[in-house]
Amino acid sequence: MLTIKNLHAGVEDKEILKGIDLEVKPGEVHAIMGPNGSGKSTLSSVIAGKEEYEVSEGEIYLEGEDIGELAAEERAHKGLFLSFQYPVEIPGVSVTNFIKTAINESRKAKGMEDMPANEMLKKIREKAELLDIDRKFLSRSLNEGFSGGEKKRNEIFQLAMLEPKLAILDETDSGLDIDALRIVANGVNKLRSKDNAVVVITHYQRLLEYIVPDFVHVLHDGKIVKSGTKELALELEAKGYDWVKQEVTA
Amino acid sequence: MELKDKLVSSFMAFENQIDVDTSVHDIRSEAIKIFEEKGFPTKKEEAWKYTSLNTLLKNDFSVFPKEEVALDFKDIKKYFIHDIDSYKIVFIDGVYSSHLSETTHEGMDICLMSAALHKPKYRPVIDNYFNKVAKTDDSLTSLNTAFSKEGAYIHIPKNKAVDKPVQIIHFATGNEAAIMLQPRNLIIVDENSHIQIIERHQSLTENPVLTNSVTEIFADKRAVVDYYKIQNDVQSASLIDNTYISQQRDSNASVHTFSFGGNITRNNLNFYHKGEHIDSTLKGVTIVGDKQHVDHYSLVHHAQPNCESHQDYKGIYADRSTGVFNGKIVVDKIAQKTNAFQQNNNILINDKATINTKPQLEIFADDVKCSHGCTIGQLDEEALFYLRTRGIPEKEGRALLMYAFANNVLESVKIPEVKRRINKLIATKLGVNLGFDL
Repeated sequence: MLTIKNLHAGVEDKEILKGIDLEVKPGEVHAIMGPNGSGKSTLSSVIAGKEEYEVSEGEIYLEGEDIGELAAEERAHKGLFLSFQYPVEIPGVSVTNFIKTAINESRKAKGMEDMPANEMLKKIREKAELLDIDRKFLSRSLNEGFSGGEKKRNEIFQLAMLEPKLAILDETDSGLDIDALRIVANGVNKLRSKDNAVVVITHYQRLLEYIVPDFVHVLHDGKIVKSGTKELALELEAKGYDWVKQEVTA
Repeated sequence: MELKDKLVSSFMAFENQIDVDTSVHDIRSEAIKIFEEKGFPTKKEEAWKYTSLNTLLKNDFSVFPKEEVALDFKDIKKYFIHDIDSYKIVFIDGVYSSHLSETTHEGMDICLMSAALHKPKYRPVIDNYFNKVAKTDDSLTSLNTAFSKEGAYIHIPKNKAVDKPVQIIHFATGNEAAIMLQPRNLIIVDENSHIQIIERHQSLTENPVLTNSVTEIFADKRAVVDYYKIQNDVQSASLIDNTYISQQRDSNASVHTFSFGGNITRNNLNFYHKGEHIDSTLKGVTIVGDKQHVDHYSLVHHAQPNCESHQDYKGIYADRSTGVFNGKIVVDKIAQKTNAFQQNNNILINDKATINTKPQLEIFADDVKCSHGCTIGQLDEEALFYLRTRGIPEKEGRALLMYAFANNVLESVKIPEVKRRINKLIATKLGVNLGFDL
């Protein structure tokens, strides 16, 4: 699904990612953990195609296709989705209209007609029901005046509507209380299938109790320094990131 | 001959040609003197520091409207808000077009300035209101006063909510090589009455047009006046809009100005408070490119206690376009408990575009709430990245962000069809089709 080979990237002359290798197969959930400044957000931004980062070396493949040169929207059209830590507010554009635009732009890119209105409506209704989202929520302006929890739920709603092959959830747990966290995690779990994959990027183990990963990777100073199963997350929680850092420097 | 000399020397002929009562004649004679003395404003004046009329005034404008040129409604329908029932007062090259208009005298007057100036039955109203709120020492307003002849005359008696909006539309056809138009509107809304007005100036050719318009609005006690100005003219047309609003106690007046086109557009918008508990709203969205120039010059004069004013202007400037915002708020000593808010936010799309923004607060009362803020920035790249990760291409993403930026102003538009039209104009202006009506 996603293959990253020896990825080096940074801004200007500062290298942040110093050789990342990662292989995510369909149906898998991977967690990438690491302390602040380890390069977690940079990694998700680079995969999604943020232009301010320069990739100096390495490749990113989505389903065998090199997507390294593609624009962010083209990567989205190919089935990549990035959930944001701080989703953007768009006053005057409803959640429904926004998602319609996003879906139809993707279809347009694939040479397809716009999704018929009744089909769109049906899909919106289905997904809203699945994620327990109120109808009124859908007519509100995108993220405007949303609480932290509502913003994250809206991200998961978009995930549900866009049905990406690979979803990267960047710090989805930040700013959420336990109830909101559970709702969001349940949403993600309902959307999992043998054909798609999820990469969860997080500082804390907390979210991983709800979205259980198949693999856990620890990022430190721009490199994956340790990989393991979900038990690794628990070990990290118990021993702290200093433990990994010491192991690396030792 | 310079335009100023041409205008001054034409005045006598103009005055002889039309028949008005002596009081109006006196006002006009006085006005031409003021104009002769002051001439057209230059950049040396503080109020015109960033807007130059020099190049524009070199055109050999014809200053007298000639006979009506016929236009077919189907050709110009798109300039109307045509999906609503409305009163219409339409002018072609400065001449009233009866067949495109829909006026009324039933229980109210929605008709013509020329009629109001000529017919004796309107004389008391003219004596009371004509040129009574317009700034008599302003050169361009005086110029308009001197040549005032035609425009919209609206008088709504008390306790009447006008059943549908009024559209005032001025067309220039290019029948003249270059034409100067000077419409003069008088709008009187008596106690507890409501009206909505949509105004538009539209040139239909590439021939230069200069419009120097003056609108006087009187909102009596508890009156509600909502005015929408749609400025989306062609590149060869310039507009100087002088609007003066006098508000009595408990009245509510709003002016929304949408500036999307034209060569030079200058909006002189003035609110004067004559009683307590008045609400004034001044809002605008400016989206321009090329070498377009839009200048918003506003004044809110708080002269009585317990009044509010809300001002919010959003500007988006691309290419080599230039913008000016000068918002003056005066709070007299007596005007305690004033709430006056002013916002001016601007986005420069590239580094050749310019905006000069200047809040000007003169506050003499001590128990007031006044706030102002202006920002100049670029589009938020992080926000754009967010949209792109959802599959929305860069161009459409930028358009969505610009629309969101202007949205505050659009929210307070009370006529849904006007809002829809403005949304459409914005989408066209930004060159996008988002698949839904913005």
